[in-house]
Amino acid sequence: MANQVQYIFDKENLRKSAPQKFKSEDLKREEMIVNIGPQHPSTHGVLRLEVLAKGEEVIEVVPHLGYLHRCFEKHAEKLPYNQIIPFVDRMDYLAAMNTEHAYAMGVERMLGIDKIIPKRVEYIRVLVAELNRLASHFIALGSYGMDIGAVTAFFWMTRDREHIVRLLEWASGARMLYNYIWVGGLFYDLPVGFEERCLEFTTYLKPKIRELERVVIDNKIFIDRTANVGVLPVDLAINYGITGPMLRGSGLKYDLRKVDGYSVYPEIDFDIPVGKGEAGTLGDCWDRTWVRVQECYESIKIIEQCLEKLITEHKRTRDFDPRALAPKKIRPKAQDFYIRAENPKGETGFFFRADGRSDVPFRCKARGASFVNLSIINELAKGGLISDLVAVIGSIDIVLGEVDR
Amino acid sequence: MNFEQIVAHIKTSLGEEFILSTDENASPKAIIVKAENLVEIMDFLQKDDQLYIDSLSCITGLDNGPEANTMEMIYNLYSIPFNHHLMVKVELSREKPVIDSLCGLWRTADWQEREVYDLYGIHFNNHPDLRRILMPADWDGFPLRKDYQEQEYYRGIKVEY
Repeated sequence: MANQVQYIFDKENLRKSAPQKFKSEDLKREEMIVNIGPQHPSTHGVLRLEVLAKGEEVIEVVPHLGYLHRCFEKHAEKLPYNQIIPFVDRMDYLAAMNTEHAYAMGVERMLGIDKIIPKRVEYIRVLVAELNRLASHFIALGSYGMDIGAVTAFFWMTRDREHIVRLLEWASGARMLYNYIWVGGLFYDLPVGFEERCLEFTTYLKPKIRELERVVIDNKIFIDRTANVGVLPVDLAINYGITGPMLRGSGLKYDLRKVDGYSVYPEIDFDIPVGKGEAGTLGDCWDRTWVRVQECYESIKIIEQCLEKLITEHKRTRDFDPRALAPKKIRPKAQDFYIRAENPKGETGFFFRADGRSDVPFRCKARGASFVNLSIINELAKGGLISDLVAVIGSIDIVLGEVDR
Repeated sequence: MNFEQIVAHIKTSLGEEFILSTDENASPKAIIVKAENLVEIMDFLQKDDQLYIDSLSCITGLDNGPEANTMEMIYNLYSIPFNHHLMVKVELSREKPVIDSLCGLWRTADWQEREVYDLYGIHFNNHPDLRRILMPADWDGFPLRKDYQEQEYYRGIKVEY
């Protein structure tokens, strides 16, 4: 083992595996290629950007992906439906509950058991998914502040996220990758005392978000860095398949929680915040960030209503078994199925083809919201400055686990 | 509009021969079209006043394996203003999987088609920038094909999954 070659080194390796689009020989006067990433804090993970710049001005951005590619879809073709859930967690690792929820819901609908899932299970699912949405938005907002130069926000947001992560750890046993929502039920019921602690937490959290708003969103420096930067018109957004807070930041009121009305969302009262262009042009980086902050308030509203229901109408009983409906053998009828759900980043979709003969999906395709949202980066960044490029990447809010899958 | 109305509308406006068959078992319900008609139908779906299917949500490639000897492309479409949806399926031959690109209609097709090309080796005509997107450019073979044999070593690194 000692003499075994680990990696055959060649100077040309990078050039062969991820060829640059631009060559230094072909550049015009004053043009240059700036390489950002894959190891750079402002790319939010292992994303490499090849930037053709003229002085400070960006002419074109070419993203190079795949540094975190695990081929989830190949793994999914070899595993039974319930064993895919841990893999699904690792796609959008900042919002694993939401992705699990979408996946479990899809498989349940294929099996035809989605209508008989107990209400308590559904409310717990929405509760944990919204907690996770808060956690994901906190990371987005905190790290965005850091990109722009406001370091305080990141510490505040990680502090508050820690509470959520600990709550979810209490419920599921894991901090980030939960495997909590199962096909047909849940891993466990909520621990005793969870509802009260969660209610305490939401009371604590509301002023903290207001505080964040005052420190980051209303800050003069922040507005100067983000208003009128990376303006995304709504028609372009739809053409590029953009979803989630980015689309709503452009002023379109489109949220799959309302449109598709899955799970118990139709029974819950909440608003969909849309960008209004208060600081600058409609659909700029500031609008997208503002929408995320407002969504935090809405998530708290949803959490409080879920808790209310979980304490009164669907309260914990001694004989309640969240796994009672979880099927031992998951074998859907032969069909093609597409499910989509609203994640913190946008629309997450799963396409299944079941052959009706096995417990393993014939094909399981994941549509990553970050992957599709990232594809617009060149449109947003070109013509701006390199410092604006950093602001644009942060406002897209990508998770590289989902981009590369 | 529900599925029957959409199908009837396409048939009256474009012609009976444009829809080969329908798949009511799928969810959302699917129409199956010929590969050479794809761009024309999609253009109609996107621009027609009554359908106005403006959002292309997901593009999926699919390999049915060497026995069936076919590949498929599956498009999931949604209309934001009218809230109706449709799945469009196209069957391709496995020897020469070629289909027209939808980049001219939806820019989101750009990266999603690159992903399908990367993992299945389906070639897209008129695509502006058809390169591998997730795998390294010098990788051998297309990993999601059913008969894919992984290479044993990649630059001295053992490939196993």
